Amino acid sequence: MDTTWYLVLSALLFATGAGGVLIRRSPLVILLCLELMLNSANLALLAFGRNLGNADAQIFAMVVMVVAACEVVVGLGLIVAMYRRRIPLDVDENRGLRG
Amino acid sequence: MEQVAFFAGAIGALGGAIAVIALRNPFYSVLALVVHLFSLAGLFLLLHAEFVAAAQVVVYAGAVMVLYVFVAAYVGGFEEPLWDAIPGQRILAPLVAGALFIELSVAVLGSGLKSLGTEGATIPVGFGSPEAVGRLLLERFLIPFEAASLLLLIAAVGAVVLAARRPDPERPLEADNVEGAA
Repeated sequence: MDTTWYLVLSALLFATGAGGVLIRRSPLVILLCLELMLNSANLALLAFGRNLGNADAQIFAMVVMVVAACEVVVGLGLIVAMYRRRIPLDVDENRGLRG
Repeated sequence: MEQVAFFAGAIGALGGAIAVIALRNPFYSVLALVVHLFSLAGLFLLLHAEFVAAAQVVVYAGAVMVLYVFVAAYVGGFEEPLWDAIPGQRILAPLVAGALFIELSVAVLGSGLKSLGTEGATIPVGFGSPEAVGRLLLERFLIPFEAASLLLLIAAVGAVVLAARRPDPERPLEADNVEGAA
C-alpha cells in the first residue's frame, strides 16, 4: 500500500478525535478522544518510518505511547477526585477559570 | 491481500473512532476504543512494526483500557444535556473537524514528496522486530528510554496523590472516621 493511504487515514482519525473533543462534554470521553488523536499521530509516524526504512520512528511511537499512558493515569485520577468531591463531571459546568 | 488487510483495518479503526464520539454511554465508548486499538495494531503490523503492535495490544488494550473500564464503572453513566452550551456547537464542531481533515490532507498531498506514492524504501530483514527495537532503545535512545521510565513513575505517584482519599476540610477528621467505622 502507498504511504499516502496511511497518512490520509491518519488525518481522518485525527479529525475525528478533534471533533470529539469539541462536541463531547464528559471528561472521560474527552480523554478517549485525546487517545484517538495520539494514536493517529502514531500511525503517521510509523507510516513515515516504513517509507524511509528507518526504525527510529518506532522508538518515537513508543515514547508517544508512554506519554499517552501518563496522561491517562493523571486524567483518570483527576476524574476520580472530581467524583469524590461531587464536582459535576461536565466540562461546561466547571467554568470557574473563565474569568 | 495487503489491500484487503489495510481496508479491513482502516474500516475497523475509523468505525471504532466514530463510535467513540457518537455513543452516548461512556462505557460503550471505551469498548469502541478497544475495537479501534485492535484495528490500529493490525495496521501497525502491515507497516512492519511488530513490536509496537504487540506493545499497543498489551499496554493499551490490556492495561490502559482496564483502567478506563474501572473508572467508567466507578463514576457511572453521565447523561449529557441535549442543549448546547455554546450556540451552534453541534453544527460548528463537525465543520471545524472537517476543515482540519482537509487541511491535513492538503498538507500531505501537496507536499510533493515523490516517495509518498510508493511503498517506500526496501527495508532490511528484521525491521521492527523486538531485537531491532531493543537494540535501538538500549543503545542509541538510552536517555529517552530512561526519561520515559521516570515520567511513568512521576505520573503513577501523581495519580495516587490526586485520587487518594483525604480528610475533607469542611468536616473534622473524627467525623470521617466514625462514618467509616459505622
